[in-house]
Amino acid sequence: MIMAIEVPEVTTVASNDMLLDGIDFISDGDQYLTFVLGKEHYGVDILSVREIRGWEAPTIIPNSPSYVKGVINLRGVIVPIIDLRKRFEVSEPTYIRTTVVVVLIVKTGNHEKTMGFVVDAVSDVINADDQDVQVSPDFGGSVSANYVHGLVNVGDNVVTLLDVKQLLTVEDGEVVHHE
Amino acid sequence: MSIDLSQFHQVFFEEALEGLDIMEQALLSIDEPQFVDDETINEIFRAAHSIKGGAATLGFTQISDFTHVLETLLDEIRQHKRTLLSEMVELFLKSCDFLRDTTCQLMQDLTPELTQGSELIAAFEKMLQAVEENEDSSDTYSEMNDSISSSVVAETFFGGMLNESRSSDEKMEGKNMAENSLIKSSKEEVIDKENELGNGAGDGKTWKIYFKPEPQILQTGNEPFRIFRELAQLGELEAQCHCDLLPDFEELVVDECFLYWTLKLTTQASRDEILDIFEWVIDECELTVELVSPEFKVDQSAAEEKKDNLKGIISEEAASEDMLKVNQSNLGATEEITSNGVTSGAKGDAATIVPLKESSVDPLSNKGQERVPLNSDESDSKKIIDKSKQKSIRSNKKEKEVVDRGGASASSIRVGIDKVDSLINLVGELVITQSMLSELGNDFDLDKLERLSNGLEQLRQNTRELQESVMKIRMLPISFAFNRFPRMIRDLSNKTGKKVQLTLKGEHTELDKTVMEQISDPLVHLVRNAIDHGIETPERRVALGKNEEGSIVLSACHQGGNIVVEVSDDGKGIDPEAILEKARDKNIHFDEAETDPQKIFDLIFEPGFSTAESISDISGRGVGMDVVRRNIKDLGGRIEVESKIGKGSVFRVYLPLTLAILDGQLVRVGDEVYVIPLVSIVESLQIKSKNINSVSGNMILYRLREDNVPIIPVYKAFNISADNTELDNALLVVVESDGRKVGLLVDDLLAQQQVVIKSLEGNYKRVEGISGATILGDGSVALILDISGLMHKVANQKKKPKRAA
Repeated sequence: MIMAIEVPEVTTVASNDMLLDGIDFISDGDQYLTFVLGKEHYGVDILSVREIRGWEAPTIIPNSPSYVKGVINLRGVIVPIIDLRKRFEVSEPTYIRTTVVVVLIVKTGNHEKTMGFVVDAVSDVINADDQDVQVSPDFGGSVSANYVHGLVNVGDNVVTLLDVKQLLTVEDGEVVHHE
Repeated sequence: MSIDLSQFHQVFFEEALEGLDIMEQALLSIDEPQFVDDETINEIFRAAHSIKGGAATLGFTQISDFTHVLETLLDEIRQHKRTLLSEMVELFLKSCDFLRDTTCQLMQDLTPELTQGSELIAAFEKMLQAVEENEDSSDTYSEMNDSISSSVVAETFFGGMLNESRSSDEKMEGKNMAENSLIKSSKEEVIDKENELGNGAGDGKTWKIYFKPEPQILQTGNEPFRIFRELAQLGELEAQCHCDLLPDFEELVVDECFLYWTLKLTTQASRDEILDIFEWVIDECELTVELVSPEFKVDQSAAEEKKDNLKGIISEEAASEDMLKVNQSNLGATEEITSNGVTSGAKGDAATIVPLKESSVDPLSNKGQERVPLNSDESDSKKIIDKSKQKSIRSNKKEKEVVDRGGASASSIRVGIDKVDSLINLVGELVITQSMLSELGNDFDLDKLERLSNGLEQLRQNTRELQESVMKIRMLPISFAFNRFPRMIRDLSNKTGKKVQLTLKGEHTELDKTVMEQISDPLVHLVRNAIDHGIETPERRVALGKNEEGSIVLSACHQGGNIVVEVSDDGKGIDPEAILEKARDKNIHFDEAETDPQKIFDLIFEPGFSTAESISDISGRGVGMDVVRRNIKDLGGRIEVESKIGKGSVFRVYLPLTLAILDGQLVRVGDEVYVIPLVSIVESLQIKSKNINSVSGNMILYRLREDNVPIIPVYKAFNISADNTELDNALLVVVESDGRKVGLLVDDLLAQQQVVIKSLEGNYKRVEGISGATILGDGSVALILDISGLMHKVANQKKKPKRAA
C-alpha cells in the first residue's frame, strides 16, 4: 500500500535529478500511524513514533493526575506513560491484550523528549497530503484544539491527526490546571 | 575549495580561554616584575601567540590584532630589550580580561565591544614608544644568548604541547612562514633552534649524524663509503662504526649490511646540505642529524650501525678499512675513539666499537635480539635533543606545571591517557570474562555450576571496576575551580586595601565535573565574604598583633564518599551575639534560648541575612549565604561553619563525589519500591506503641530517646495503598534533612545497594518529594525519595486544611 501510493511521487521527483533518492519519499513526513481510542480514530506523524510496545504495569508516580500511569524503563531511559483514553476522556480504560503503548519522541532544540501513550489498538499507516488535511472545527470536543493538527478522511472514518509536539507537552500545562 | 571554518570555532574558543587562563596564571605568578624569569615570559608569549594564530586563521581580527600588539611588547621583554614593569603586568591582566570578554561575546555570536580594546592598544603603544630609549645597549651578548637558549626549551615544550592537539596544528598550518616553528614537529623545531644557536656561536657547527642503513641497502647500489666521502668534503668528519649487530660468521649474509655508524661532522654546511647527501638512501635507513654543542663527545651519543659488505668480501676488514678512509685518519685514531667509547661507559651497546675481528664473536647474532639494543640507542639519541640534563628537567617541570594548571573548558573534558588505558584494559578483561561465560554456556551441565558462579563473580567485579573507571573520566581535579581565585584575591585585595595571602591545598582532589561547575559560584561567595567580612584591614591586624597580611586557605580533600572543601581565614571571626542581634533586627525566626554556636551560625544562611555594616559591591546584599547553602543542598551536600572570635572562621562544604550514583536503601510501600538515600538515614526501627504520642491536634510524634520525631506515613503522602496502615509494630525509617528528623512509615526494608540516578524531569517533570528514578536489577523503575522535598510537601499539606477550616 505504501509503495502504491508513493509511486506518483517518485516520478514527479524524478524530473529533478538532484532529488532522485530513494529516501526522499519516506522523509516527506506525511505518513501517519493511526490508532484507536474507544471508537475514535487518531493519527500521529509516523516519524515521531519510536516504537510500539505491549502494555506493562509502570511504576506509579505519586500524586500525579490519573491519566499519568507512571514511568517505565525503556532501555535505561525513564519514560512516563500517559493513558490517552483518560487524557482525552474518550473511553473507559481497560488493559487487555491488544492494549499497546505508542512511544513518541520529539526533538526540540538539543533536547529530546520521549513519552509513551496508552491506546486501545494501533490500526494502520495512512498517507495524507497537506491538502487532504482538514481543519478541525472547534466544537466542544473533549480533546483540546491545541493537540489537533487536523482531520483526514479515510474511507468512511475520520481520523484526528494529533500534533505530537503539543502532545508531549501535555504534562507541563495540564498538570498546572489540576493543581 | 573552501573549508567551513566555523566548525573549528568552538575548539578555538576553548583553546583561547585555556590560553588566557595560562597567561593569567603566569602573570599572577610574577612577584617582582623586574626579576621575572624567561620561562614565565615565554609561557605568556606562547599563549598569546597561539591565540593570535588561531584567531587570525579563523578570521577573528578583533582578537588577532589586539593580541599582536600585546605580543610585540611581550617579544621585546622576552628578548630583554626592555624590563617588565608592574604597570605592564597590570595591563596584561586587563588585556586578558578584555580578550576573555571578546571571546565570550564571539561565542555567543555577539558583536564584541571593542572600545576597551582600543584603549588598551593605545596604552600598549604608548608603552612601546616610551621605553624605546630605555633600551639598554650594554645588554651583554651572553644575556641575549641566554634568552635564546631558554626559549629553545620553552619552544621545545610548547611545540610538544601544540602537537598534542591536532586541531591546533591544523589552525596553525594556515599561518604564515614566520610561525612555522609552531607547526613543525617538536623535534624539527629543536633542530631549527639548534641552528639558531649554532649561528649565534658563529663557528662551524658540529653535527652528530646517526646513520643506520637497512640490510638491503647494498643491493640498491648505495654504498655508505661514498656517502661518507661526500660528507668528508663538507668539513671535518669523524666516524665511529658499530658492529654489535654483526652475526656469527656462519650466518653472515655477504650482501647485507649489519654495520651502523655515528658520525661527527664539523662543518659550515647547513642541515639541508647534509641531508642532501643522504638523499638517495633516506628511505632505506634510520637517520638523525642533530646539532651538538662543542663539548659533545662521541661516546655520549647513541651508536650508529651499519653492516657494510662491500665488494662481496666477507666484510670485516674491508669495512674497517672503509671506515678508516672515511675518517681520513689512521687506525690508531679509530682505536682511540673506540677506547674512549668503552672507558666512558657509553650505555653498554655503544661499547661495541671494538676492532672488528672481536666483534664477530658478538653474541648478538640473532636479528630479533638486535632490536633490543637498537631501540635503546634510539631513545639515547633522542635524549640528546635536550642537550643538557638541566634543561630537560626544567622543561619537564614546566610541562607538569602547565598541565596542572589546566584550563576551564566549557563543554569538553580532557581525559588523561592513563584513565583511557585503564578503561581499555577493563574492557579487555570484560571481553575475556564474556567469552569464558559463553563457552561455559555452550555445553553446560551441573558439574560446572561452580565455574559458572565464579565466572559471574568475575563479571560482577569487572562491571564494578568498569563503572568506577568510567566515573573517573568525569572526575577533574578541583584546581579547575580553584584557579580563578588567585586573580580574584588580587583584585579584591587591591580594591579593599586588605593584604591577603591565598594558599591552595589539595588542588588535585578530583570531583565530578557537574559538581565542580556548580560549586564554583558558592566558593566565590565564600571567598569574597572571607575577604570582606573576615580579614581585617592591615592597620587593625597590626594593632591586634596579627601578621599584617591576612591568610585565606582553600583546601580540598576526600572524606569517605564525600569531598570536603574548606574556606578558612584568619580574620576576626563571627560573633554569635552580633548574629543574634541581626536576626532580631531582620525578623528572622529563631529560638531565643539557643546557645549552641553551630545553630547560631546557621542563621547566617537564612534568606535576607547580612551582617555587613555597609553594602559594598563585594558582598553584603544579604543574598549571598542563603544562595550558597541552597546551591550546595541542590548538589546533595551541606555546609558547616566554625568560628572563633578574633581567630578566624572556617566554612566547610561537604559534597558528594558524584551526582550519578547514590547509595540507597530500598524500601517497599504497598506494591511500590522506593529508594531512600543512605546518607540521610539516621536509623531504622520497629515502632513501639508506647513511644507514640499525639500532640497539638493530631500531629503524631515518635519518641526517639530524647527527640520527638514526626511520623510521615509514606502511603498517605504519596496517595497509594499500603499493606500496613497501623502504627504499632510498623517499620519506621528515621531520616534527617536540614537538621530536622522525621520518621518514614514503610511496609518493608529491602536491600541496600548503589543505584544509578536517572532524571525524571527529562521526559516528565519535577515531582515533589521525588528526586529522581533508578532502574533496579529486574528492570523495573524505582523512585528515589527527596527527603527535604517530602518534608516540605507534608508540611504544606497539613497547613492547607487548617486554612480551609
